[in-house]
Amino acid sequence: MTAAIEVDHLTKQFRLYNEKYTSLKERVVHGGKMPYVPFVALDDVNVDIREGETFGILGHNGCGKSTLLKCIAGILKPTSGEVRVRGSLAAMLELGAGFQPELSGRDNIFLNGSLLGLSHAEMEKRFDDIVAFAELEQFIDNQVKFYSSGMYVRLGFAVAVNVEPDVLLVDEVLAVGDAAFQRKCLDHVRRFQQEGRTIVVVSHGTDTIRQNCDRAMAMSHGRVLTVDEPGEVIRIFLAALLGGGAVPDDIDGAALGNVVSINTITVEHSGSGSRPHLYPGEWMTVVADVDSLAAVPDAVATVAIHDDRGELVFASDPDDSGAWLELPAGGGMVRVEFPEVPLLDGTYSVSLGIRSRSDTAVYDWKDQGAQFEVTNPGRTTGRVRMLPSTSFRLRSSSHTGQVPAISPMGAVGAPVADTTT
Amino acid sequence: MTLGAAEPLPVEGAEAGAGAPVEERARLGPVPAEQRPLTVVNAKVRLGQRIVDIWRHRELLVLLTRSELKIKYKNSVLGYLWSMLNPALVLGIYYVAFNIISGTHFPRFAIWLFAGLLAWNLFNNAAMGSTTVVVGKAGIVKKVAFPRELLALSTVGVALVLFVIQVVVLVIIMAAFGIQPAWGYLWLLPLAIVALTVFTSAVSIFLSAVNVYLRDTQHLTEVLLMAWFWLTPIVYSWAQMVNQLSTHGVAWAKWVYLSNPVTPVAMTFQRAIYGTASYVDTSKANTAHVATHLLPSYGLGAYAVLLVAVLVVSVLLLLGALVVFGRLEGNFAEEL
Repeated sequence: MTAAIEVDHLTKQFRLYNEKYTSLKERVVHGGKMPYVPFVALDDVNVDIREGETFGILGHNGCGKSTLLKCIAGILKPTSGEVRVRGSLAAMLELGAGFQPELSGRDNIFLNGSLLGLSHAEMEKRFDDIVAFAELEQFIDNQVKFYSSGMYVRLGFAVAVNVEPDVLLVDEVLAVGDAAFQRKCLDHVRRFQQEGRTIVVVSHGTDTIRQNCDRAMAMSHGRVLTVDEPGEVIRIFLAALLGGGAVPDDIDGAALGNVVSINTITVEHSGSGSRPHLYPGEWMTVVADVDSLAAVPDAVATVAIHDDRGELVFASDPDDSGAWLELPAGGGMVRVEFPEVPLLDGTYSVSLGIRSRSDTAVYDWKDQGAQFEVTNPGRTTGRVRMLPSTSFRLRSSSHTGQVPAISPMGAVGAPVADTTT
Repeated sequence: MTLGAAEPLPVEGAEAGAGAPVEERARLGPVPAEQRPLTVVNAKVRLGQRIVDIWRHRELLVLLTRSELKIKYKNSVLGYLWSMLNPALVLGIYYVAFNIISGTHFPRFAIWLFAGLLAWNLFNNAAMGSTTVVVGKAGIVKKVAFPRELLALSTVGVALVLFVIQVVVLVIIMAAFGIQPAWGYLWLLPLAIVALTVFTSAVSIFLSAVNVYLRDTQHLTEVLLMAWFWLTPIVYSWAQMVNQLSTHGVAWAKWVYLSNPVTPVAMTFQRAIYGTASYVDTSKANTAHVATHLLPSYGLGAYAVLLVAVLVVSVLLLLGALVVFGRLEGNFAEEL
């Protein structure tokens, strides 16, 4: 397996100027000095992207993933290091980027194709395909400035994919146009994959990476975190995202004079000891090390789980008798067991509180005191593990008045609500 | 999935109904890896490689030039007529100012002016256009990779097209009035045009890159070009300048004056198109019939040597400009 793209010790440094003098006059006035802070956008990045694979680059905003893509595309020159690309390359950093609004769609197709490295003769061969793909037959001789944004983007995509590059760089631009066009784009990308072309997708969305990529790379602050199969990369990325950010300090609810205090929270799960993460559907136990100055007979332990975006995923019900506790003086371990965690990928944080059942007083609350990670080995995406089953039934004439719903995607055999039972 | 349809699913997750276009547009896959060209992106691109890249993208240069013309003149005959309005006006003003008001009485002064302006307009249009071309095309520069020198060269291309139109106009005028050029000197014109184009390209490439960093370059350029225009023998003649220099006792300064690469080119244009290097004023009571010189009485060879010198200097300047451009280009996408 040869490498389609070799990124070799790539470093890119930007200069962040406190004040930028963009004219000779200003430079002369300020004595030619421009104080700047060096900013390392890419720090010694090494990665080989294999021939024919779909490779994802995952990272939060500002991690350097777009800079890397621009370096691969040759738009930015690296400060040091080198990128070697085998074969023709087309970059879709922004659809229709090279379009001149004053020119007609026809002229823009040729200009854009030429910018992507195709000869006029080659473009002539593809012209009809491009126009058909973009669904712009009637408008192809109109100036692009009169196009709707949807038409503009369709034309941009049509040119980029019909150029048929050996290597295609995509910067999260696939979400364009209406649903039908999106599917067409996706089909095209799939066909690219089948033909063994190399695709590099940059995204900050874990779903995009999981659904489309064979391998992926996570980046943070200009460095490579890991290069691996997507599930693992997403896990490490999410862990770094949460670990890197400040975990909020515990809100010390000392309302009851610290009768009960929570020292630590830990999470045990079925993978404990062998692996850092759990798989969807496995068990988990939240363990809190608790001190109590006096016996608390009417305590209740509540648990809240947040995802990495800070969204509440779960919060327990304090009125549920299963959460009720009798704490002896001195303290011990409070264990909250979850026999099954139906969550998919992500790093989740756990908060645990001890409160009084009789009134609403909170003894102690440890906000996001522990974390656990779920790694999904399958290709399902989203937040929650669901186990759907699909079946197909022929329409039967005895079904009076029951017309099967047509699935919005137009797919044959989508599950139809069965009303016979 | 328990789909009963016989259609093979291309990739897991693709919707069943969407497979249709795949068969229709079955094409060959990518060529084997070993046969593909290797592109290397690193901090230093060698000058030779840059020139090869520019040559490889020559079709793009044509397209960029054409699209620039289309945008400017809407691809209409009337549009191109408008493009002639400015040079025509300039010609008219200088003609009135110098020939009628200040009394420079040499015959066919309009043709003399036209010949000089032809060369000057080519240089001036490209240089002025180039200052803003990279900044103006920021959208492309930031998102697409191609040799950016082509943007500067496209302004030279536009200037060349306008030059050709002006030549056509000139030929029509000369034919209409039965004015003969110096036929023997005409073959110098291709050499002069090549030398001027190379020089103009060098200046344009340099200016287009510098203006990205120093945005007032365009205003400075405007002023400098104005001065440059008056330092070039266009509205006056070479001989007038040399006479002035010698009456002030600085005859040697004519060599400094001649070191302006546009000067030999403009002089060649004047020599070939205007037809003579001197004229005899017969309108007044000039009984002596002394010839007034406009241009040096050089032969063909001397002009050719001058032009070759300009060409050599221009090629060196062009290489220098490409080096400067290459240095500055790396950060274009950040600066814009």
